[in-house]
Amino acid sequence: MSVPATLTRVGPAEWEVPKGFRAGMRVPVRIFATEKLVQAMDDQVFIQAANVATLPGIVGSSLCMPDAHWGYGFPIGGVAAIDAEHGVISPGGIGFDINCGMRLVRSDLEWAEVEPKLGRLVNALAARVPAGVGSRGFVSLTRAEFEDVLREGARWAVRKGFGTPEDLVFTEAGGCFPGADPERVSAKAIARGQNQLGTLGSGNHYLEIQLLRSDGIFDRELATAFGLGQPGQVVLMFHCGSRGFGHQVATDYLDAFLRAMPKYGLEVIDPELACAPFASDDGRAYYAAMCCAANMAFANRQVILHRIREVFAEIFARPAESLGLATVYDVAHNTAKLETHAVGSRMRHLLVHRKGATRAFPPGHAELPAAYRATGQPVIIGGSMETGSYLLAGTATGSASFYSTAHGSGRTMSRTRARKLVRGSELQRAMRERGILVHAASMSGLAEEAGLAYKSVDEVAEATELAGLSRRVARLTPVGNVKG
Amino acid sequence: MMSDRGFRFVDDVTSDLTFEARGTTRGALFAAASEALLAATVERPEAVRNAVERRVELEDTRLDWLLRRFLSEIVYLRDAEHLALRALEVDVRGEAPQIRLEAVLAGEPLDLERHVGANDVKAVTAYGLAVVRDERGEWRARITLDV
Repeated sequence: MSVPATLTRVGPAEWEVPKGFRAGMRVPVRIFATEKLVQAMDDQVFIQAANVATLPGIVGSSLCMPDAHWGYGFPIGGVAAIDAEHGVISPGGIGFDINCGMRLVRSDLEWAEVEPKLGRLVNALAARVPAGVGSRGFVSLTRAEFEDVLREGARWAVRKGFGTPEDLVFTEAGGCFPGADPERVSAKAIARGQNQLGTLGSGNHYLEIQLLRSDGIFDRELATAFGLGQPGQVVLMFHCGSRGFGHQVATDYLDAFLRAMPKYGLEVIDPELACAPFASDDGRAYYAAMCCAANMAFANRQVILHRIREVFAEIFARPAESLGLATVYDVAHNTAKLETHAVGSRMRHLLVHRKGATRAFPPGHAELPAAYRATGQPVIIGGSMETGSYLLAGTATGSASFYSTAHGSGRTMSRTRARKLVRGSELQRAMRERGILVHAASMSGLAEEAGLAYKSVDEVAEATELAGLSRRVARLTPVGNVKG
Repeated sequence: MMSDRGFRFVDDVTSDLTFEARGTTRGALFAAASEALLAATVERPEAVRNAVERRVELEDTRLDWLLRRFLSEIVYLRDAEHLALRALEVDVRGEAPQIRLEAVLAGEPLDLERHVGANDVKAVTAYGLAVVRDERGEWRARITLDV
């Protein structure tokens, strides 16, 4: 890895690459990371972030979170705030897996109760929450019903009995992006996603049983406010998105934007940055379709939580309500959202693209539920399946990143290389010996997700705190994992 | 090393999966790319029998865009019809800006017991997408899949 010669440290965990680094940059690149993380970043992170800096209407800087790594178009961990009136919208700034996101679920269960049943729980979760190639969900929907899902998101799921109103309160945007219009999505997108509600997918998607250890509490007051209390408490975390529906929406609009750019006089350095003016018919159409996909993802995670509650109720032979299985928070990673931010001395209406980055609103933000108004938004950083994950909270100093922070620990090596270095079956056995029970849909997929393929989640979480983007609340240790 | 099926996965984009494919004709290149996509999807592509067929007809202005759409069609059929498919025949005719493709895809319903799932490929990206003809006249392509 080599960093650009013009990279300058501008804060304890903040770096800048000035505009001259690549031709056409409208703004500098700003990277939030420790020196160790910056030095370990792929060369392509700097190049891709600089490419993002060329997008029309970008405001402030092209941003990289501490977990940034080489992706397609935008780096993963890339954030771009773009003027909503004069700027563009880029599907590549959101990614194919629209509203890929995380949900953290607390419980009243303690490890001593869960440990004897861990094997049954992992197997039952794997059976009830399908994962891997071509998996189909248990919810059978007509096209009209699926269009309701696209309009309503998690609200549809709760309306159908797959959750509680409280789940919606603790889901970003209440589990529904306004502005979704199923007329703006293709028949192919519907056909891909219609039978996938309630499925995890593959790659880095997972459903994990985790444990709060005594040394894992960083801020007891915030942990308590988020429903995490005593050491030994068991929680669940899962990571998935809009499945084939969102993938097809992005595929369709990338193709459409590549063809439409000449009519707007737009050119991009990388075809994955294909874009259209947000204020144009093309831009608005994609936004409406993207909102449909975001809603499909919220509904998907809500339905998965319903299945989790069913499994726990069955295995503990108690009603789910008595197990305290409640959503701590559900947060999106791959979206473009209309938000108002202070830029210089004025408030600006911005379309904030976050690709592999988490929104992290500060205490007092009007969009937070009342229960979290004083704490700031819960932030979930998923680590590798071998190491652990973090619960954090948004901070006022996060304004520097348009209130965005890291979303994971960030890969350090390609999937192809990880597969050459690791055998899935051996990794599964080694993890079992270390007290982590893994059910994997694919052994090669398991190898690709080995801990050695990721940065240290501890360093990433610490870096977000040093950079002032979010503060650590608790570290969560994996004990059971259903791997997509 | 390219496999004898005309593709190889390369150590490239950290987040995703990149492969290179080659063929003596454009049709052979597209067929090799379809084999790579199948190998990314299941661990035992050789176990996928040619039991059902689907026809694909596409037209595009650029060869690289045509290749991306062709592979995207296979990804779509995996989710929409639950099929594991490869190209049996691919005929690419014409030149930019009017290139036509007719292909016969063959395969069978996904059977994860026999095929063994690998990656639920999300999409065929346009990142670094390139289709070139080298000095020996062989067609080569580089494609990154979002997994």
